[in-house]
Amino acid sequence: MSEPLGNVSELRAALDAGSVSSLELVESALARARGLDLGALVATRADAAREEASLADARRASGDLRSPLDGIPMALKDNIAAAGEPCGCASRILEGYTSPYDSTAVARLREAGAVVVGRSNMDEFAMGSSTEHSALGPARNPWDPERAPGGSSGGSAALVAAGIVPLALGSDTGGSIRQPAALCGVVGLKPTYGRVSRYGLVAFASSLDQIGPLARTSADAALALGILAGHDPRDSTSLPDPVPDYAAALAGDCTGLTVGLPREYFVEEGVDPGVLGAVRDAVLELEKAGARTREISLPHTRHAVSTYYLVANAEASSNLSRFDGVRYGRRAESDDVGALYRRTRSEGFGPEVKRRILLGTYVLSAGYYDAYYRKAQQVRTLIRRDFETAFEQCDLIATPTTPDTAFRLGERSGDPLRMYLSDIYTVSASLAGIPGLSTPCGLPGGLPAGLQLLAPALGEPVLLRAADAFERRTDWTQRWPGETP
Amino acid sequence: MSAASWEPVIGLEVHVHLKTDSKLFCRCPVRYGCEPNHQVCPVCLALPGALPVLNRGAVERAVRIGLAVGGNVNAHSVFARKNYFYPDLPKGYQISQYEDPLVSGGGVDIATADEGVRTVPLTRIHMEEDAGKSVHGDWETAGESHMDLNRAGVPLVEIVSEPELRSADEASAFLRALRAILRYTGVSDADMEKGQMRCDVNLSLRRPGSGTLGTRTETKNLNSFRSVEGAIHAEMVRQAEVLDDGGEIVQATMLFDADSGRTQLMRVKENADDYRYFPDPDLISLDLDPAWIAQVREGLPELPGRKRARFQESYELPAGDAQTLIESRALADFFEATVRAHGTARSVANWMLRDVAAVLKEGEGDIEATRLEPGALAALIGLVDAGRVTPQSARDVLRELAEQGGDPEALIRERGLEAVSDSGVLESAADQVLADNPEMAERYRGGETKVLNFLMGQVMKRTQGKASPPLVREILARKLEG
Repeated sequence: MSEPLGNVSELRAALDAGSVSSLELVESALARARGLDLGALVATRADAAREEASLADARRASGDLRSPLDGIPMALKDNIAAAGEPCGCASRILEGYTSPYDSTAVARLREAGAVVVGRSNMDEFAMGSSTEHSALGPARNPWDPERAPGGSSGGSAALVAAGIVPLALGSDTGGSIRQPAALCGVVGLKPTYGRVSRYGLVAFASSLDQIGPLARTSADAALALGILAGHDPRDSTSLPDPVPDYAAALAGDCTGLTVGLPREYFVEEGVDPGVLGAVRDAVLELEKAGARTREISLPHTRHAVSTYYLVANAEASSNLSRFDGVRYGRRAESDDVGALYRRTRSEGFGPEVKRRILLGTYVLSAGYYDAYYRKAQQVRTLIRRDFETAFEQCDLIATPTTPDTAFRLGERSGDPLRMYLSDIYTVSASLAGIPGLSTPCGLPGGLPAGLQLLAPALGEPVLLRAADAFERRTDWTQRWPGETP
Repeated sequence: MSAASWEPVIGLEVHVHLKTDSKLFCRCPVRYGCEPNHQVCPVCLALPGALPVLNRGAVERAVRIGLAVGGNVNAHSVFARKNYFYPDLPKGYQISQYEDPLVSGGGVDIATADEGVRTVPLTRIHMEEDAGKSVHGDWETAGESHMDLNRAGVPLVEIVSEPELRSADEASAFLRALRAILRYTGVSDADMEKGQMRCDVNLSLRRPGSGTLGTRTETKNLNSFRSVEGAIHAEMVRQAEVLDDGGEIVQATMLFDADSGRTQLMRVKENADDYRYFPDPDLISLDLDPAWIAQVREGLPELPGRKRARFQESYELPAGDAQTLIESRALADFFEATVRAHGTARSVANWMLRDVAAVLKEGEGDIEATRLEPGALAALIGLVDAGRVTPQSARDVLRELAEQGGDPEALIRERGLEAVSDSGVLESAADQVLADNPEMAERYRGGETKVLNFLMGQVMKRTQGKASPPLVREILARKLEG
């Protein structure tokens, strides 16, 4: 089997030196994906990728590169639309569906010359934290194939962790980029809500969904964000603010930054001691890089998980109504349109998706709306204010990304509540719409742990700067699964 | 039925297509009569991942309506999802407005038989998108259903009246007055035949003078003035029969069958339908700059209500006549141009309301669809005033002018319709009539002066309607009294 692909900076250096071609990188990615059999890809586009890689090689030869990602192989989560490609969201209900149009994210990557080699596995419609809720079977964690890679962008995280591609797009609704990044030992960035266009991202919860990169380093994530970010007239919720030069923000230190440590997140209860220890060590490393730390409080954190599941499922119940068997995807034929709907949706959706549609339908129903949906929106405002207050006292917030390291496949699938609770550290940033990043910070018990950094809205530059400084001072982003430490 | 013992309480919900170049949430063009599913895109097909973006032009038109009806245009309004499954609804929800509509209040003036002009208050006006159209199989393809999504996403406003209409005539008058406002402001052609204006009727009955409301039904999707009137009559009859038999009205949605002239039960609403409305998270709230709203207000033309008041005052017309004249902007403009050319508003108004209206009724009902010109009408009325053509002949000329246009004087000459004012001819015709009707002459002399009209009619008959009436009257009176 071919060697793992390193990070984008390493690959660019090799490409520039002529020691490897984009076409070879693509071949290597395809071969490695086949050889490792992680269930991380649900579709490949070998021929198209080869063709695009050759064109990128030609551009490189003529000194005509389009972007730092020109000729770099990457993967797309299966819920991001690309013209002429399937966009199945790992669901039976979208069997046979081919998207006729590009998402804005994909259009920007194409423009930048990035070469998409395939589509990555995920929890069906991004609903889950393990990539076990995929109609195509689970993806596996490269650090231990008996364990889940996390989710819902588990396929993307596994691909990057295994060195199949150096970069993949994921989507994060309540932690779906950051949590699998943490469990697979890679970097995952959820941008500020509205920073990256959602046009062409199949909606799970519209007020929370964001596309973001999974990468081997924060420097690579900065390159990707620079291409993905920016206003899009096709997405009403996209932000008009100009896009800064994220790569230029990577100063290499944390001098002058204050890192807030929420007391509610640094409690022994409910968190693996190995994970907490790794995060505490990471905070010390940030201090060594020049940061000051102080304790802060996010008092409404304890309501975040319940608030999240009310808001997200309510929106999901409506967003998934379009999958009705009438216009595209799977259809269970029937003479009666009511039966057509019922059968199509009963056969097409998996149990987790059904659970969430039912919960979401319930909380929007007459007589329950005020008690659940409206109340959740009010709590959401309180959570957002918590962060506003906190960011008056600090530039960044540091927390664990997850309470545990990767769990065994099947271990939690019978206990949805326990699965939901593993989102405890990630959902409040989603509710507040602020950016969050997970970077690897240790291998307790031989499995990756993640440090989560949060910044105020549009604070990606400072977020990436701190994470990059941390990564330069440690070697966690240089570790490969299976290597002896 | 015992209609007299029940009073109907009627409220209307009117859906109006806004005249825009593109759909409400995507750039697909809005045109009628295109091949099915040829004006669609990922957004209006609800493909996975597509997102709506609000058409500002549609907002501007909806604001114009709000201002024109004197409503409160809310600086902050919210688009919400109305969730239900139907094959013609691609997203499984309709983007509409619920808790925070664009316009609150306002009113529409209607001319009524007994009160002159009355303002019917509006509850609200909100924006929403239209659904597609189901096309069911014909005899060849029985059992098949097809979807045409060209209409899906076309911008609509829903205008909701308070339940303050009391008859089919009033409902009809309300729709006509509303249509006038929509056309004046240029926001819609509001052509019911083309489905650009559709109406739901909410109706209940109560004892006259009762302060409480009965249980209402909703009759949906009425697409002509006639069907609105027919549905109201039918539903009044049906409900009165139920109530007279001691029954109770069930809250339900009804359909009106124009062929049988009856309303039929479509479905019973056991509870209020649960559409699980919630703010659409794909759209930001609609926040309007008051300065922009003021600018839209300034761009409004003279509105029907204002014009009616001016017509009443400057032309000394009764409210009902003024209301009828202003309901079409084209008709009102035509009236004013004719008055300018002729000089006497009252007589122009009479011609417009009686003779021109009759001609329009025979055709498409639209003054612009005829070849009649204000100058020609003014000239024709002037010829009647001068006794050069009789009103009866003038009506025939008017019909010709409407069909072919032209100069009334030349037309009268060509057709030989000049009023006969040759006194020799009239004198002998009068003598003949008096000789043929001696008993009438006697009655006149006995004081029964109104028989003069009969005698005049006889003279007119002998002159094929061309005799100048004032002259005939004068000659007859002289002969009878002399």
